[in-house]
Amino acid sequence: MELRLENLTKIFTNKTGTDTTAVDNLDITIESGTLVGLLGPSGCGKSTTLFMIAGLVKPTSGKIYFGDDDVTRLAAEKRGIGLVFQNYALYPHMTVYKNILFPLENMDVARDEAIQRVKDMANLVGIGELLDRKPAQLSGGQQQRVAIARALVKRPRVLLLDEPLSNLDARLRLQMREEIKRIQRETGITTIFVTHDQEEAMSISDKMVVLDFGVQQQYAGPQQMYNNPGNLFVAKFLGNPPINTFEAKIDKKHLIINEQKLMKVDLPDGTYDIGMRPENFRAASSDSKIKIEVDIKEIFHIGRDTMIHFEFNNQNMRALVDSEAVTDKSKKIDLTIKKERVYIFDKKTGKVIDHA
Amino acid sequence: MRNFFKKVKKSIKDFLWDVRKRIKIRQRKIGAYLDERNLNLATKFPGWAKALLYLSPALIVLAIFTFWPIFNAFRLVLYEGYNMTDNTITGYTIFGNFIKVINDESFIFPAQHTQGTAIVNTLIIVFISVPISIFLALFISVALNSIKPLKGFFQTIYFLPYVTNTIAIGLVIAYMFKSDGGLINELLGLGEFSWIERGSTHPRAMFVLIFYSIWGSLAFKIMVFLTSIQGIDKQYYQAASIDATPRRRIFSKITVPLISPMIFYILVTSVIGAFKIYNHIVALFGVTGKPDGVDFTMQSIVMYIYKYIDGGGNNLSIAAAGSLILFSIILILTLVQMQASKKRVHY
Repeated sequence: MELRLENLTKIFTNKTGTDTTAVDNLDITIESGTLVGLLGPSGCGKSTTLFMIAGLVKPTSGKIYFGDDDVTRLAAEKRGIGLVFQNYALYPHMTVYKNILFPLENMDVARDEAIQRVKDMANLVGIGELLDRKPAQLSGGQQQRVAIARALVKRPRVLLLDEPLSNLDARLRLQMREEIKRIQRETGITTIFVTHDQEEAMSISDKMVVLDFGVQQQYAGPQQMYNNPGNLFVAKFLGNPPINTFEAKIDKKHLIINEQKLMKVDLPDGTYDIGMRPENFRAASSDSKIKIEVDIKEIFHIGRDTMIHFEFNNQNMRALVDSEAVTDKSKKIDLTIKKERVYIFDKKTGKVIDHA
Repeated sequence: MRNFFKKVKKSIKDFLWDVRKRIKIRQRKIGAYLDERNLNLATKFPGWAKALLYLSPALIVLAIFTFWPIFNAFRLVLYEGYNMTDNTITGYTIFGNFIKVINDESFIFPAQHTQGTAIVNTLIIVFISVPISIFLALFISVALNSIKPLKGFFQTIYFLPYVTNTIAIGLVIAYMFKSDGGLINELLGLGEFSWIERGSTHPRAMFVLIFYSIWGSLAFKIMVFLTSIQGIDKQYYQAASIDATPRRRIFSKITVPLISPMIFYILVTSVIGAFKIYNHIVALFGVTGKPDGVDFTMQSIVMYIYKYIDGGGNNLSIAAAGSLILFSIILILTLVQMQASKKRVHY
């Protein structure tokens, strides 16, 4: 089921009459059968977007299409969606079996078929033996699986997950991440999930939407978004350790850093925001074209790599380099970086400028 | 002017601060004094003695007004021919007073030409008005919870009976059900139909009493149910609405189970309360429970007991036997409810 959002906008008005735009003109097309992550900092409108798709929040303007159906004005129960809440919202007084059966009891499903579907779904998410337990007797990960089973058992057109992993501990999170991916693959259902954890989103989504203050920043595959961030916000939001950003001047078609010419760029003169990811730096060899000498301020050995701190135009910078390239006594090092890994952003709009 | 008020406010606050400081200094001095003479209660007394000391105000009151009367009830039941003024008895008995109560007219067995007995009347109230009022309260509180406009207004209306005097409401109800020009007869066009006065029948009078006791007890139940419904996580309802659950099923499968502990609490307390019904009947039918010119009595168990307490003090043993019978009925019913609730009440 393809899902399309057209100019979707949500404005909340509080009691004093001030408007807050939670979601601003969202235009996204989600292809059938993909797993899409809605990513952004707290309060960026990602949960609001999810609830609008679910039908629990009415959009101020704009349209939502499931395939060719306009569902904008359709009530939540008629949209045929499965929703997994952040804290799962499992009915505490019902057993796991009853919880999963509950959505089917409201549908025209024969009893034998319903029971079979509950069992199949429970086995798919791996809780086949826990059917007669109450939710309180389950671990967080198991509750999560029950919630997903309950959402999927009625064969929804779209599966929505609201911060599905935020209530789990770090290890379970890794495990459930893969589980969600597996379940989505096996059922082939169009899935949207909301998260503020970029690593989580990057590891399981087919495509990601990054939102900031309700405005769509970029919509692309995770690796593409990481390698080619559309703007400064996306570049800063993705990546751990975070991207290095600093101001630099372009003077006579040359990017000037620490009063040295780093490389030739075909852009008009002026001040630009520059981004360079720590892991894209290399120790320069004698035939490197792009080369810059930096004073090392600190050295941290972190297993495979070595992190060095230095300054570009009085901004603190970090670089991950091969541990053989520096010794503890190194004072200076020649660094190089590929031209297409130097991101140049417009000072005013923050948009990336293509210079390669 | 504003400055003046600020100054006044500041000097009051300074004064209070000072007083607090002085009290603290005083406390410290007293503490040091007691420590010096090894008199400090906090360290000298064992834990149970301290607990007893702090509980003593409540314990003394309870002992005088609860435990001593209960003990006396058991004592009185064993006396035969007890005379309160002389404090004399003619003998002892074990079951004698109970047999007297059971054989007494209008307790279990109706008196001649009189319908209704204390036990029958009380049981009717317990088994009819309590279930009806609980169901009504549940529906009203769900309805109140789902309306947005005028919510506070409706909540106030439904809560009014709770803050109004039972006797006063009873008099109003009695006036409404008056045969001559009462509101009910006017509205229903029944003419001079007698509900609670001369010429009425036992079922009719009982209907008015049940109506009144249900209405009077709704307020508290609605308040309890409404607060517990409002305490239910909204996400359960969102999840249910996404699954296209009809309202009826949301009510029976989600709302009721989730507030079942409160429903059980209300059930137990209202059954006990209904067994002790007294005010309502006095307000409608007078202290005897038998209006002039009718062939029935509306008296309840508590009214029966009270009749013998009031009667000069020579029948206290019978009153004691009556109250012990009431006590055992309530005890048995509550135990039954507790057993039944283990299967039905969640958490």
